[in-house]
Amino acid sequence: MAQPPAAPPAKGRAKTTELPEHLKAYKNVWVFVELEHGRVHPVSWELLTEGRKLADALGVDLCGVVLGPKAEGTDQAIAEAFHYSANRVYAVEDPLLAEYRNEPYTKAMTDLVNKHKPEILMLGATTLGRDLAGAVATTLQTGLTADCTELAIDADKSLAATRPTFGGSLLCTIMTRAARPQMSTVRPRVMAMGDPDRSRSGEVVRESLGMVEDEIVTKVLDFIPDSDTNQAQLAYADIVVAGGMGLQRPENIQLVIDLAQVLGAEYGCSRPLVQKGWMTADRQIGQTGKTIRPRLYIAAGISGAIQHRVGSEGADQILAINSDPNAPIFDFAHHGIIGDALEILPALTEAFRKRLSVDRLAG
Amino acid sequence: MSQGPNMVVCIKQVPDSAQISVHPVTNTIMRQGVPTIINPYDLFALEAALRLRDQLGGKVTVLTMGPPMAVSALRKALGHGADEAILLSDRFFAGADTLATSYALTSAIQKLDSQHPVDLVFTGKQTIDGDTAQVGPGIARRMGLNQLTYVSAIPSIDLEAREICVHRRAEGGVQVLKTKLPCLITMLEASNEMRRGSLPDVLRSERAEIITWNAEAAGVEDLGKCGMKGSPTKVSKVFAPQPRAEKAKMIKADDGSPASLATAAIETMLAEDAGLLKVMAPQSTSA
Repeated sequence: MAQPPAAPPAKGRAKTTELPEHLKAYKNVWVFVELEHGRVHPVSWELLTEGRKLADALGVDLCGVVLGPKAEGTDQAIAEAFHYSANRVYAVEDPLLAEYRNEPYTKAMTDLVNKHKPEILMLGATTLGRDLAGAVATTLQTGLTADCTELAIDADKSLAATRPTFGGSLLCTIMTRAARPQMSTVRPRVMAMGDPDRSRSGEVVRESLGMVEDEIVTKVLDFIPDSDTNQAQLAYADIVVAGGMGLQRPENIQLVIDLAQVLGAEYGCSRPLVQKGWMTADRQIGQTGKTIRPRLYIAAGISGAIQHRVGSEGADQILAINSDPNAPIFDFAHHGIIGDALEILPALTEAFRKRLSVDRLAG
Repeated sequence: MSQGPNMVVCIKQVPDSAQISVHPVTNTIMRQGVPTIINPYDLFALEAALRLRDQLGGKVTVLTMGPPMAVSALRKALGHGADEAILLSDRFFAGADTLATSYALTSAIQKLDSQHPVDLVFTGKQTIDGDTAQVGPGIARRMGLNQLTYVSAIPSIDLEAREICVHRRAEGGVQVLKTKLPCLITMLEASNEMRRGSLPDVLRSERAEIITWNAEAAGVEDLGKCGMKGSPTKVSKVFAPQPRAEKAKMIKADDGSPASLATAAIETMLAEDAGLLKVMAPQSTSA
């Protein structure tokens, strides 16, 4: 009697829960250092700070990836990546990488990954980072988790990537156990930035792009810089004042702006105000807007839905003003005033004005 | 046959997240009775395609992957003026992450392309339930389409030269890009305003035939790349955020007046972080 054929391997299950042998060589934590127009987006340093913890937990190296033309400051970006604790930097320096374009950037990144095999690859969830991450993950046929708010190493040494789900009402943890690299994007200001150590240095591995301009179909005809630079300022402001539905009428936004002006702060709002068209989307604070981490955040007439909470709870100090003592914002604010935002805001503006002028005379 | 562009718009039916609530005791999503809508970002993609059709002729096909109930999203899109609607629905597609979703959608678009070459594929910039913004780039990569994300305007398109020029939102500014057709465009929010459907379109949408393709009909070659099986990412747990240990300390004032509360609040904030005074830099209001 013929031997029955060996049971076929349980392909379906094994494929998604166990790391195939050939992927076990993937090591180290990589962070994409986003260099554009001679400037590195600060989210890159935030990610290196976070990446250091992951690399230490895994006992592997932390590496930066710098793509761009030498003329636009790759040397400086590489040096700074070491200051933010990278052990090694992989660099592709080529004039074709001057303005961001998907084709050459995707090639540079996927070639680096295929050659040097990282287990984790993190990118900032900026317009550039998301455009690149989607193309790279598809090319590499690996998992990508967007807009993570927490990253940790699991018992089996996989990356546990946590992000808000269902419009920010719950959190979910997502694993990529059977593919490499495990990719994730993180929005600016979600992770804290460590202090740079200017004495640090490391190894640079340079690779070539291997492309000529004729192979790149997309051409950049022009770059029109924003006249309103608030885009970046709100996320990185030291002090932020924001209003919500408690403002009741669009003209009352002025009360928020007045206080912000006295403090030299940036101002913003919660999602409903953007939906009503009272403020522009680039001033929205929350999971679907900007994440902020100021030293002081004053939230006036904002109820504090989870979608707002995840975008603002990184603030060092939060003062909430709400007439409803049961508003969820009091669950994560440090200090609260139960009262009408329309009365408290002008009172704060006036009191700060006095206090600051006294301080200035004295100082 | 029209000489205008052949366009496919990918849409997704999503729960209206503004109306989702979490059960306070069990921490589970209360989905019952939550209405579904077309992912709001996708409407900007649909409107952009409809505008090109107004201008140049051609055809707009809306495509969605989802359960049979997603038909209602397609009917709504037809009511806005889309020409044809295709539902991609199969139990093999269930549980798909973005990689598996882009694989299934790509199969369907390639089938359409084999019938009549597709010039432009549109998606929204992201969905409101997943927020990943990966399906568009995934389709572009799989089909070898030129990828144009976060597009705020399409100033010109030349079907003869097979060229398109777009404005793309970048960090700190707008890129003006020129590329070749076919391409994939993800539209930025607020880049246009969705039209009201005309009465004939709305009436037509109610009884229009919705083409339904299962995996086989869509020409899917590898079922292992679909649904849960084809998804490298797995949700390992869903949970409610931890409440902070302490609630906010309420600021009190003897007379309870706004002025006294404000003064007390300032002292409290500065007591916590005296350095705040240094970063407070009043802006000139004498404009």
